[in-house]
Amino acid sequence: METILFPVLSLGGTGLAMGLFLAYASKKFEVKVDEKVEAIQNILPGMNCGACGFPGCSGYAEAIALNGAEMTACSPGGPTVAAAIAEVMGGTVDLSGPKMVAKLLCQGDCTKTSKTYEFEGELTTCAAINLYAGGDKSCKYGCLGYGDCAKACPVNAITVTEKGIISIDEEVCVSCKKCVATCPKKIIQMLPMNKRVTVNCMSKDKGAVARKACSVACIACGLCQKACPVGAIEIENNVAKIDPEKCVECGLCAVKCPTKAINSDVKEIKKAEIIEEKCIGCTACARVCPVKCIEGEVKQKHKIDQSKCIGCQLCYDKCKFSAIKMNIQNI
Amino acid sequence: MDFAKIFSLIITAIFIQNIIFAKFLGICPFMGVSKKVEASIGMGMAVTFVMSLASGVTWTIYNYLLVPLQLEYLQTIAFILIIASLVQFVEMAIQKTSPNLYKALGVFLPLITTNCAVLGIAILNIQQEYNFIESVINGAAVALGFTLALVLLAGIRERIEYAAIPGPFKGVPIAFISAGLLAMAFMGFSGMQI
Repeated sequence: METILFPVLSLGGTGLAMGLFLAYASKKFEVKVDEKVEAIQNILPGMNCGACGFPGCSGYAEAIALNGAEMTACSPGGPTVAAAIAEVMGGTVDLSGPKMVAKLLCQGDCTKTSKTYEFEGELTTCAAINLYAGGDKSCKYGCLGYGDCAKACPVNAITVTEKGIISIDEEVCVSCKKCVATCPKKIIQMLPMNKRVTVNCMSKDKGAVARKACSVACIACGLCQKACPVGAIEIENNVAKIDPEKCVECGLCAVKCPTKAINSDVKEIKKAEIIEEKCIGCTACARVCPVKCIEGEVKQKHKIDQSKCIGCQLCYDKCKFSAIKMNIQNI
Repeated sequence: MDFAKIFSLIITAIFIQNIIFAKFLGICPFMGVSKKVEASIGMGMAVTFVMSLASGVTWTIYNYLLVPLQLEYLQTIAFILIIASLVQFVEMAIQKTSPNLYKALGVFLPLITTNCAVLGIAILNIQQEYNFIESVINGAAVALGFTLALVLLAGIRERIEYAAIPGPFKGVPIAFISAGLLAMAFMGFSGMQI
């Protein structure tokens, strides 16, 4: 009995004494924390992901309250958190702008590419395998699929599919950019979530080489560039790039792309139609149309050539008289 | 009180048996807080405070609580408990008295808790069968040796910042190499007998 009792009592007593001493000290040495800091800290998600660029949520809360840092830097929290912080600080924040999410610019899974060698090392991470001749994938620019980014993701938005490539759940993504920093191939980019047309390839190889390595590679043929009605596509280093600022999501480039390197989630055909009763013939719509499919004289009812219209909505946004309606057909 | 013994204790702890260069304890804060001289002095002060206090308290606990109850085998866990509490206390005190130092030390302050040097010295005091006064003095002297090592390396690292270091050696690697060279320099003391 004593062999147990004495150790427990002595150690427990020591612990208790120390605890009481610390409790007293914490009262005595209490530091007044700015209540704004505490309020902001309670608003922040508490993930400590570092997307804001400050050391953790508490660091960010302090930076806002004491040094007047940007209130919109918390991407996991998004607009709701920013608005709540603004309420605490007694200011307003600009909440426009789409959510930026991580997108994988590669579709080369194991059905589209081949392995150049069989890796038998212990350490199967992208970073390690990338050291051996730039990875075991036939394409030296593509996703290696060992999931370094998935391990780095604080919210488990990234999964490795059975086809040896990753997939990112954009709904879950909190735009912390950790995967972007982790990826040794640098093929994850932050792009606006609402732009549904992307060139899912980063291969800088010349067309024939890229095509041999991967069946869905961008071969820099330029067809998408020609097809784009708004000039949003540039071809640099043998790979097409869509400027999300200019893109109107008509999906024409994806239709034209011979290798299907351009991925378009646009699942509907949109056509603009003029409501004749409302049109006053101001020609504003005809001037913005990228494909020049709107005809009509000044002060006459205009007409839209349905075969040419690409459904970019530019005229719809322009018309001050709501005289244009968009007919949406799901494919 | 034997002053000769205490003098030799201090010299031994600081130079001959330097905790970092000869015993290789407490390397984590040694590498972590030696980027700036100011922060290293602050860390040294904090460690000195904790180590002297911990030496005294652990010696007392050991000789007046564990020995009478024949619980010597509990020494490690009891010491860890005491050191952790002391570090908590020091953290509060520093946060109150010097917020800037608190920021500079950052995560390394709680790391004193797991600094093996503190626990190592507490246990060595018991092994060497020092009395209370000698234990406290030894703790403080060892911590001064730690501070000396820290400030020396911080001074070197501040200058290294401006040197053209090859890419692979930038940052921590070159700091480790500098620390190794420092340790070799301190080997010069190792033959001394006081």
